[in-house]
Amino acid sequence: MDTKVKPRGFPLPSSLTIVPGTERAQAAYPYYTQFTKADDERFWFYNSMHFPEPMSAFDMVTAEAAYCALGSANTRVQSLPTTLGIDHRIINGRVYIGGNAVTDPKEIARRTEEFQKRAFYYYENWERLYAQWREKMLKLIRDAQALPKLELPEFEPLEHVRAGRGIASNHYLLDTYQRTLEGYFRMWHHHFEFLLLGYGAYMTFFAFCKKAFPEISDQTVARMVAGMEAEIFRPDDELRRLARRAVELGVDGEFREGASAAAVIASLEKAGPAGREWLKELAISRDPWFNINVGDGFYHYHRSWNDDLSMPFAGLPGYISRVKAGESLERPVEQLQAERMTLIKDYRDLLNSEEERAAYDQMITLAHRVFPYVEGHKFYCEHWYTNLFFNKIREFGALLARNGFFGDAEDVFHLNHYELESAIIDLMTSWSNGSPPRGPGHWPKLVAERRAAIAEWAKHDTPPALGPVPDVIDDPAIVMLWGITRESLDTWLDAASDAASNEIRGVAASRGVVEGLARVVKSVEEINRLQRGDILVCQVTNPTWAPIFQKIAGAVSDIGGSMSHAAIVAREFGLPAVVGTGTATSRIKDGQRIRVDGGRGVVTILQ
Amino acid sequence: MAERATSPASSSQHVSWFKDVGIADRPHVGGKGGSLGELHRAGIVVPPGFVVRTRAFERFLDALERDAPVRAHVETLSHEDLETIAQRSKALRERIESAALPPDLLEEIASAHAALCAGGAPVPVAVRSSATTEDASDASFAGLQDTYLWVKSAADMLDKVRSCWASLYSVESISYRRRRGFPEEGVAMAVVVQRMVDARTAGVMFTRSPLTGDRSVITIEGAWGLGSSVVGGEVTPDRWVLGKITGEIAVREISEKAIEHLPAAAGGIEAVSVAEERRSAPSLSDDELQQLRDIGRRVERHYGQPQDIEWAVERESGAILLLQSRPETVWSTKEAAPVASAAENPLAHVMSIFGGRR
Repeated sequence: MDTKVKPRGFPLPSSLTIVPGTERAQAAYPYYTQFTKADDERFWFYNSMHFPEPMSAFDMVTAEAAYCALGSANTRVQSLPTTLGIDHRIINGRVYIGGNAVTDPKEIARRTEEFQKRAFYYYENWERLYAQWREKMLKLIRDAQALPKLELPEFEPLEHVRAGRGIASNHYLLDTYQRTLEGYFRMWHHHFEFLLLGYGAYMTFFAFCKKAFPEISDQTVARMVAGMEAEIFRPDDELRRLARRAVELGVDGEFREGASAAAVIASLEKAGPAGREWLKELAISRDPWFNINVGDGFYHYHRSWNDDLSMPFAGLPGYISRVKAGESLERPVEQLQAERMTLIKDYRDLLNSEEERAAYDQMITLAHRVFPYVEGHKFYCEHWYTNLFFNKIREFGALLARNGFFGDAEDVFHLNHYELESAIIDLMTSWSNGSPPRGPGHWPKLVAERRAAIAEWAKHDTPPALGPVPDVIDDPAIVMLWGITRESLDTWLDAASDAASNEIRGVAASRGVVEGLARVVKSVEEINRLQRGDILVCQVTNPTWAPIFQKIAGAVSDIGGSMSHAAIVAREFGLPAVVGTGTATSRIKDGQRIRVDGGRGVVTILQ
Repeated sequence: MAERATSPASSSQHVSWFKDVGIADRPHVGGKGGSLGELHRAGIVVPPGFVVRTRAFERFLDALERDAPVRAHVETLSHEDLETIAQRSKALRERIESAALPPDLLEEIASAHAALCAGGAPVPVAVRSSATTEDASDASFAGLQDTYLWVKSAADMLDKVRSCWASLYSVESISYRRRRGFPEEGVAMAVVVQRMVDARTAGVMFTRSPLTGDRSVITIEGAWGLGSSVVGGEVTPDRWVLGKITGEIAVREISEKAIEHLPAAAGGIEAVSVAEERRSAPSLSDDELQQLRDIGRRVERHYGQPQDIEWAVERESGAILLLQSRPETVWSTKEAAPVASAAENPLAHVMSIFGGRR
């Protein structure tokens, strides 16, 4: 070859090896998620934004259902001109994904014509369709809440006999399981009904701003569009409300740093009418606003605040002391909105011509129209509905555990969703024929093996991308959802050679400079290790960690853009944050002193 | 020592205080004088001072021409005959610099200077030529660069006023006018006399990005001491880029500032070594950066176009003063195609994202 520059690329999928001893655990993922030789031809990247940790066999349903829905929205419903859907593969518990670009100009033209009939209709009727969407989503949530409890009585209740129901309880296990799974797949279709269109309208305005104001920061554009009323802010707002109520009711003394939620609740129950009044307030906040999980909805163990009160209760003492210091914890929504209007007007005034101003007005109007969905859908989909889903699966886990299939209800998440159905049918059969189920002799060994494999995989780094580097990334879904561009791939390729440097670059997410000790948190369980003044270093920051943000001095993440909720929360707390570094968690060692410059997007390792 | 803090005497025939002039007075007070007056009117703090109007020059020239012609003498020169131009320039400059001022004119300028010193001991002043030419590119030929800093006595000030006038007859100025065939009638020079600022920090500010032309940012460069070290390129200044609207400090480059320019005891300026511990310390605080941003926005709004500004932070008071502001010329003259135009169907804009590369 006569090229001076060595062609750049990532390792081929076929060069990745399954960590020795985990081959059987790897086989637990369905055949259509395993890499094959043909996959070497394509470019893949590790979706560490959504799947920063190795996934258990059941949890891969979150990838499968999401990509089924995303792909159908792109490919079949809206007909995105330059892209079809996204393929996914799993190796060592890591999810790699690859876009399916449309490159033939004729095909792009054909798809463009369809797109304009479909997507434009959505944009034009956005408010009505979005109102309808909320109704659909709330109905789906009600349906999931109404799914029956799982029961296998020794004898069918007499009233079933007298009513002539004719169908025995074991059948309802399968029925409920299938409806649980069906509802989850359906939820993801709702999720993607508007998502790409919403992001696209925002990105249109974003790209305009970047051209008109080449040095404008991503976060400034975000501030011009991002709302303040979105549902995703409500859980934290509720926490602030509860802190105020605790002070008003005079029970704030019960909330001490480090005390467990159970201990605080127990002492409030004994604290007379004021304590009980506060607990009533808690109950009001919990439904539905504590249906927010501490992750992004892709792992069964990211429990909701409702299921694990330790996260909200960890945040309360800090908020209470701020209330007592005379601070108003109300988010000044009107003031924030007024500031946003000023920002929009001031930038508008700087444009060169009335022509540009007219285009600016058109684009920002559309961005504002779509944004409530972009910000609001997560609460309903990734949080509320997902919590219901995993908790229902947990009920199956408890039932199977009671019947000796495994030691603990949580072990159910080491079965993939087909295997779980087979275990349920095994139990149904056993209940019906009076023979012992086969599961107890089959599953415990596999579960132990898979649990060990997950722990082993977590110790191994995985390449950020695989396969040949495409000339250009022209897939709006990948650019918009993952922030991956040709430039970011170059940064990843350079990262290896930059390993000696003490600087890590990322997206400037929230301005300010801070120095402190790095706390490298690789999973949500480790959150408790954060001390006041630490700098959070994680693979993906998450807005539901908001209560933690009052404790830390800054935040750094491997993945995420300036529009990630983490960036928004960091800005709200005035914390310097750099996101999308690609390598922070692997290059920064826990306990190192680092400096975060959130205005420049640079993290410096100081020692 | 803001202009507003002094009690400025009323303007007279040959001398105008900054408060009494604006950019429209340019033919009489020159570009620099008009701009300082304009800034003062816009509520921007500038070091107090006055302009010796072009009429003063005319008056002086009238007196001078009673002995021997000046203008007619220049008009006969050929722009190709540099040798004669050089000879005549030398002679004319000597005449102008040594001629006595008419007594009434001398009295007017000296009393303005006394008022500037608030009736006390003379304060150091800057004496700057202020050309009346419209075309900015002519400026360098019109003697705009003649600036005398840290002028300490009234007599010295008067000498420097004459030196500024004399610069109209520099070789470059004469040959430029001859080449263009400009008439000598009406060629005149105003002179700005302004209190010096003992600057702790000084520098320049652009109300757009010099790199990308982005109008939404403000670029500030500053170093310790007087601004001459920055303007003259003798120090790599600290550099900041601020969001014009957001105030966000996107770039902070703090450089190693080995020397600073300070007023010399004997008048003028000297370069002094900076103590080790101050060298890599930022020469402006965040609060000062924000004050400068605010000033930059006000000046830009006042003129309706991006500005190139010289500023100083006064050592004693910490006050920020503007020394000069002129329109930014590099990006303003570029023809930029609109980033986007209004679309008949506003939704068509999304095709820039969804439509792929075109």
